[in-house]
Amino acid sequence: MLYKFKEVTNLFHKRLFQTQRLFYSLIAVCLVSTLSFGLTPYLGYKVVAYLLLVTVSLLAMVMDIWSVLAAAILSALIWDFFFIPPRFTFQVSSAEDALMLLMYFIVALVNGVLTFQIRKGQKEILQHEKEQNTLKFYNTLLNSLSHELRTPIATIIGASDNLLSNRKNISEENQKQLLDEISIASLRLNQQVENLLNMSRLESGIIQPKLDWCDAKEMVYAVISSLDEQLQHHKVEVKIKDEVPLFKLDVGLMEQVLYNLLYNASAYTPANSVIKISITCERDNLLMIVEDNGNGFPTDEINKVFDKFYRINPKQTKGTGLGLSIVKGFVEAHGGKISLKNVPSGGAIFTIEIPAETSYLNNLKNE
Amino acid sequence: MNNIEILIVDDEPQIRKLLRITLESNGFKVLEAATGKEGMIAAASHPPALIILDIGLPDESGHSILQKLREWYSKPIIMLSVQNDEENIVKALDNGANDYLTKPFRTGELLARIRSAIRSSAFEENNPVIICKALEIDLAARVVKKNSTILKLTTTEYALLILFAKNEGRVLTHQYLLKEIWGVGYQNQSQYLRVFVAQLRKKIEDDANHPKYIITESGVGYRFTSE
Repeated sequence: MLYKFKEVTNLFHKRLFQTQRLFYSLIAVCLVSTLSFGLTPYLGYKVVAYLLLVTVSLLAMVMDIWSVLAAAILSALIWDFFFIPPRFTFQVSSAEDALMLLMYFIVALVNGVLTFQIRKGQKEILQHEKEQNTLKFYNTLLNSLSHELRTPIATIIGASDNLLSNRKNISEENQKQLLDEISIASLRLNQQVENLLNMSRLESGIIQPKLDWCDAKEMVYAVISSLDEQLQHHKVEVKIKDEVPLFKLDVGLMEQVLYNLLYNASAYTPANSVIKISITCERDNLLMIVEDNGNGFPTDEINKVFDKFYRINPKQTKGTGLGLSIVKGFVEAHGGKISLKNVPSGGAIFTIEIPAETSYLNNLKNE
Repeated sequence: MNNIEILIVDDEPQIRKLLRITLESNGFKVLEAATGKEGMIAAASHPPALIILDIGLPDESGHSILQKLREWYSKPIIMLSVQNDEENIVKALDNGANDYLTKPFRTGELLARIRSAIRSSAFEENNPVIICKALEIDLAARVVKKNSTILKLTTTEYALLILFAKNEGRVLTHQYLLKEIWGVGYQNQSQYLRVFVAQLRKKIEDDANHPKYIITESGVGYRFTSE
């Protein structure tokens, strides 16, 4: 309700220019006056003052301060001229009416100004809250980024410094270890940059899936083999039947989706865990399920998993917390949905459902 | 591989240095150019055995340099591009590049690509038998054997395999394969390609899920490899 009201007032502020607002405010006062004029025999002129006051108060909720002040002055003059006896003069006959007129004028002004200021204050608070949130957001970003980027950079600088300045004192074996560290750090850095680039592609809204026919098996095994090293201590099981049709998807985006899910599973489940991937076709939708038998996610955090920068136990685990939000973004770019559940026996299960054109051409045997 | 000359056209001194050290330590002779214009002059004055060409050059795009080179230079050209650049890669391959590498690349991969490109450029067009690992393709008799056993291939599968084998090491784009095998009208019918590549893999690969002959270049095409 409040939200609706805000929308209406915002509309007023955006759509109406200063002169227009002034015009409408004065018209409103005139309209109410005309109406009251017809009703004076039944109402009495004092009630009219209340009607006008209400009008000015309502105007204060939607109009700017100058229009409200103008409306307050105009309504006071109208009330004096048309309603206070003797009518059709600005004269006021009794001291009581004079006092009433003065009070009316003050109440209308104060009312208008106060309402306006409250609105202004609310706006400032909202603005401030927004700024605070943005600030918090960038702090989180900077914290995780500086850690994730600086750690490998520090390794590269340190190791190469050592090799450059102190080479003859370092054993052959240690030299090799330093070089290995440089290599690993570079790959890690590359991975983070890749995530950041993907994230900024998503944020800028320029992701347009380029759909092409995709052989599910081919895609899954290509991703698995690109993760050979990370998956060497895990067992990967693929379940895709030969009858599964070809799907029309953006292969590049879908590979990234699967890559991030497998990468996460390999990084956050204990060694020797089993990761199961299955792809089926359900009601013309691609249904991809990635399941592991690791520790699963904390139940109260499952809703936050796809949030940007979410990390399980931020103090201990590494990562920028971008991987799963990229997964979600890419799935949604296809018009699909992703959900996560914990498996009762332990582990996590990601379910992805994407509406996709299918082709059963691959089920025809030979030519 | 002694005295095989390779021309590197890249504006980044770091990349040129890395490439030069890598290539020289593997017995290649290296020429360097920092701009497209320099590259064109270097290639014309002393045609190398292979050119490594960056797509993002400061003076003129690698694409247009590639097109100009291809008017007279027929030896292998390997393109370098930044990551996630499928559109650019496909464009370069369609314009006559033999292969591509995305930055950052592993040097082992670079050397493998160079060797394979040089080898396939020396491919004898009239050679009636192509031998690739366990595969033996007799073009005259139209017979394909694996470990001396004859494979039963359909006409399309055979045509596809021959096209791959004649372009060993080279990335063939989806568009190119569709046009060559099915004709111009089929260039948007990539589902045919997926199906026949899958079928062909089942017949020639030891494990179709982990192919060793027909390698998928995601979003780009396929590469037949004898490595």
